[in-house]
Amino acid sequence: MVDPSITPPTETTRPGRTAAVSPERPRLFTWRDFVIPLVVAAAVGAEVYYLNTADLSKIVEAQMTFDRIMDSTVEHIQLALAVTGLVLAIAIPLGVAVTRVRWLEPVALLVANTGQAVPSIGLVAIVALLWDIGFWPVVVALTLFAVLPVLRNTIVGLDQIDLGIKDAARGMGMSPSGVLFRVELPLAVPVIAAGARTALVLAVATIPIGYFVGAGGLGDQLMQGIKLSRNQQMFAAALFVACLALILDWLGGVVERLLTPAGIR
Amino acid sequence: MSERTNRHLESGAGLPIKLIDVTKTYPGMTVNAVDEISMEIEAGEIVVLVGPSGCGKTTTMRMINRLIEPTSGQIFIGDDDVMGLNEVELRRRIGYVIQQIGLFPHLTIAANIALVPRMLKWERKRIAERVDELLALVGLEPGDFRDRYPRQLSGGQQQRIGVARALAADPPLMLMDEPFGAVDPITRERLQNEFLGLQEQLKKTIVFVTHDFDEAIKMGDRIAVLRAGSHIAQLASPEEILRSPADDFVAGFVGEAATLKSLALHRLAKDDLAPPVEERAGLPEVPLGASLRDAVDAMLESGHDVVRVMENGQSCGSVRMSDLLARGSKAAANGAAARAGSAETGDPSS
Repeated sequence: MVDPSITPPTETTRPGRTAAVSPERPRLFTWRDFVIPLVVAAAVGAEVYYLNTADLSKIVEAQMTFDRIMDSTVEHIQLALAVTGLVLAIAIPLGVAVTRVRWLEPVALLVANTGQAVPSIGLVAIVALLWDIGFWPVVVALTLFAVLPVLRNTIVGLDQIDLGIKDAARGMGMSPSGVLFRVELPLAVPVIAAGARTALVLAVATIPIGYFVGAGGLGDQLMQGIKLSRNQQMFAAALFVACLALILDWLGGVVERLLTPAGIR
Repeated sequence: MSERTNRHLESGAGLPIKLIDVTKTYPGMTVNAVDEISMEIEAGEIVVLVGPSGCGKTTTMRMINRLIEPTSGQIFIGDDDVMGLNEVELRRRIGYVIQQIGLFPHLTIAANIALVPRMLKWERKRIAERVDELLALVGLEPGDFRDRYPRQLSGGQQQRIGVARALAADPPLMLMDEPFGAVDPITRERLQNEFLGLQEQLKKTIVFVTHDFDEAIKMGDRIAVLRAGSHIAQLASPEEILRSPADDFVAGFVGEAATLKSLALHRLAKDDLAPPVEERAGLPEVPLGASLRDAVDAMLESGHDVVRVMENGQSCGSVRMSDLLARGSKAAANGAAARAGSAETGDPSS
C-alpha cells in the first residue's frame, strides 16, 4: 500500500486543471466601474477651476476657501457615515428578527415607513426640540429617516433565499445561528448592501437640512448661498454634495462587491 | 447515554429504524397529517415511501431527523430514542438529500461537501481527503470540481454533489426526498443506477420518498405505499406489490402494465439464461445484468424472438420470447391463486 503522505492525491490532479476553471470566473472590476469616479473628478476639477479663475465677490471668496470647504466636506462625510453605521446597526438585526418572528414585520415596517414619510426637516426639528442641536441629534433624526431601505432590503434579502437551501442547511444539522450567519446573511449581502447604499445616498443628500440645527457639513455653504442669493456659492456647494453622494455610493458598490461571496457574484 | 449514542451513530454501516405509532397533528387541523404510523426498517435496506401528494410521506420522513417534531409516538434509530437526542447533533449524523438539492451557492463544491465534517470538527487533512474521495465516488474528477461553485455545474452534477455532501460524514442512515426529481429522465435513470451501485458498497439504511411508483420499484428493497394520513396500504417488496397488490388503492397506484413493470426488476443472471445462440445479422444483444425489460425491448425493436446476452464481448447465453411467455402463464396462474386466497381471508383494511 502506498503511503498517502508521500504522494498526496490532491496534488497529482492539480496542474493545468484549475487553470481551465479560472477563466469562467468574472473579473471583479472592469473599466466601466471607473466611469463614475472619472466623471465626478472632472466635475469637481471644473468647478474648482471656475472658483479659482472667476471674478467672485470678496465675501464669497472669504467663505469658500479651500480649507473651509475641506472641513465642511469632512464633516459631511462623518455625518453620513455615522448615519449609515447607525442605520445598519439597527436595521439589520431588526430585519433578522422580523424574518424569525413574523408578527414583528408590520410593526417594524410601520415605524420605518413613518420615519421616511415624515418630512425629514420635521424629524430634525422634533429631535432638536426634544433633545439638543448639533452633530448627534441630526444623526439620530436622519437615522430614523434612512432606516427603511435597509430594513426592507434585509427582510427581502433573507426571504428570497431558496427554501431548499435553508432546508438543506437545517437538515444537515446546522444550528439556527449557523444557518443565519453562514448561509442566510452571506447570501443576502448583495440585497442588504443595495439598501445600505440607498441609505447612504439619502443621508448625504439630506444632511444639508441639518444646517438649521447646527449639524455642520456642506449644508452651511449651501444654505448660506440660498439665503443670501449667492448663486456661485450655492451652486458650488450643491455640486459638491451631489458629487459626494455619487462617490460614496460608488465606494459602497466597491465594498458590496468585496463582501459578496465569490460564488454568487 | 450520549457517548454511546455517538459511537453508534458514527459507525458508517446502516442502523435499523423503528417508528412506533408516530403521529403529527398540525395546530387547527382536525385530521392528522401523519396518523399513528408504525414501521420497522432494517439496517442497510432502502425503504421507499410512495403515495399521492399530501399523503404525509415527506412529513413522515422529516420526523426521523426531527425537522418536524412528532406530536406523539416514538422513533428509534438503533437503540436510541430520537426524541432523547440533541436535534442538531442528530441531523449531523443523518444524510439528507432533497429534490431542490440545496447546495450553498456561495461555497465551493469542496466547502459544500466539507460542511458536516467541519461541524464535527474533523482535522483539515482528513476533510480534504474525504472531499476528494467522495468526488471520485460520485464520478466527478476532484481536481476539476473541488474549486468550482455550484452554479458552474449541471443539474445532474449538482445532485451528485448533493449525494456526496450527504455521505460526507459517513452517516449510518440517509433520508432522501425525491432526490432525482428535478433532473431530466435520462440523467435521472443514470443517477438512480449510480446510486444503487453505491448503495451496494455502502449498505446505508435509506428512507426514500417519491411519488413516482416506477422509481419506487427501481430503488426500493421494500416499498411502503401510503394513503392519506400516512396510513400504510401495503409494505412489501416491489415484486410482491406488483404481483399481488393488497387492495384497489395499491392496484391503482401500481397502475396498468404491472407485469411489464416487473420485467424491469428482473436482472439477467447466468443461471436463468437459455443456451447461447450463434451470431446472426440483426440479432439483438444486451449485456449481462441488464433487465428482462431491456431484453424484451431489444426483441420488440429488432423483430427477433431471441436476444443474445453478452459478457465481455462474448455471448454467455440467450433469452427467448417463448420461454418468457411460458413463464408468464405460470406466474399468472400463481397470481390468480394468491388473489383468490386473499379474497377468502377478507382483508379488513380494504
